[in-house]
Amino acid sequence: MTALTGRGPSPGSPEETQDPFLPRPFVVSERRQDTRDTYTLVLEPVDGEPTEFAAGQFTMMHAFGSGEVPISISGDPARPDLLEHTIRNVGAVTRFLVQATPGTEIGIRGPFGTGWEVSAGRGGDVVFVAGGIGLAPLRPAILEVCAARAEYRRVLLLYGARTPEDILFGDELRRWGDEHAIDVQVTVDNGQHAWRGRVGLVTQLIARGGFDAATTLALACGPEVMMRYAAAVLAERGVPKARMRLSMERNMKCGVGLCGHCQLREYFLCVDGPVLTYDVLEPLMSRAEL
Amino acid sequence: MESIAEYLPQHPFFAGLDESVAALVAGCAVNVHFRPGQHLFHEGEPADTFYVIRHGRVSLEVHAPAGPPVVVDSAHDDDVVGWSWLVPPYRWLFDARATEETSAIAFDGACLRGKCEADPAVGYALLQRVVTVMSTRLHSARIRLLDLYGASR
Repeated sequence: MTALTGRGPSPGSPEETQDPFLPRPFVVSERRQDTRDTYTLVLEPVDGEPTEFAAGQFTMMHAFGSGEVPISISGDPARPDLLEHTIRNVGAVTRFLVQATPGTEIGIRGPFGTGWEVSAGRGGDVVFVAGGIGLAPLRPAILEVCAARAEYRRVLLLYGARTPEDILFGDELRRWGDEHAIDVQVTVDNGQHAWRGRVGLVTQLIARGGFDAATTLALACGPEVMMRYAAAVLAERGVPKARMRLSMERNMKCGVGLCGHCQLREYFLCVDGPVLTYDVLEPLMSRAEL
Repeated sequence: MESIAEYLPQHPFFAGLDESVAALVAGCAVNVHFRPGQHLFHEGEPADTFYVIRHGRVSLEVHAPAGPPVVVDSAHDDDVVGWSWLVPPYRWLFDARATEETSAIAFDGACLRGKCEADPAVGYALLQRVVTVMSTRLHSARIRLLDLYGASR
């Protein structure tokens, strides 16, 4: 297994000395609607202390009076003064969060978990494979690559969405392609007559290639079934399993590896994950009872 | 642009075909071009052709009542479009419409069917390749039926 580590709190930092179960107050400074049911919240800390995080990490977002949910950070790691989360409205807590207007106070625990460590791909090709809202946890890693684009060779973003209306970060997708030479390929499950793009599975985009498998670092995030098939196609094309990183989602609760809700065999995904390499995950993902 | 005979051996669909079979297939092929909006074929019409897209984009569509057609799949550079030429009753199941300038190679399926029936080795070689295309598209359709992105992650 390739060890993946979160950046975590630095020794003596406020994050380290703070009780990990105590939400830190943040205030919504901006709310953007991304799609019909998905919004991005930009948060600023009430205490003014920046929040260092690694691309791929998540926080526990606490909606006071509603509850707490794990949400991946979707913002720029180079901007620790702002914490961004892209949230899909799928339940009571996320409904509260997506309706939070500027000025609303929200509690944050974390950041928790392992990161993408996309810098391990420097000197080679990078393939991002995203499905649905899975593009949001990849966005910080994509921004990292954009900031140091010359250090990577070919960079592909292969993105599958349900319909053209469900495509996230449309303007950024164009910018990543135009300004950062990222080969952005989008496909949808259901296209309308007017849709001129691709219709089909994201795995079909992987099968088309366009990257040097031996030097490729592949990062995948999306529904687990999609990631399983994506990883299989990447492996078929020759990408080493230790160079495939998948972001797993389970029922994260405590965030610090105590409660066991997010256990995947011997791994507590809130601390050992959410990002794990495929050589570790392959035998676990094919087991229905896990 | 490469000639059909030069292009075919490099294409994954035709890779590994005996030279004689490849020559036979190339002999049944012509270059074609479609403007945006032009149809390659229509649902229900006799399926006597299949296509390899060299450049461009094609939507496979189904007519839906009280609305525009639904795009169920799309084909792009190097994709193979159409297997109905090999499966009775040899009628297209979908519409295929070019959504941008599209260059393709059109194969005379009716002619190839005759060759397949006359020589089972040719038939098996082509059927193996068409089944691979069918399998990929079937897998894609099945997974998309799960509506993965619509369900809560």
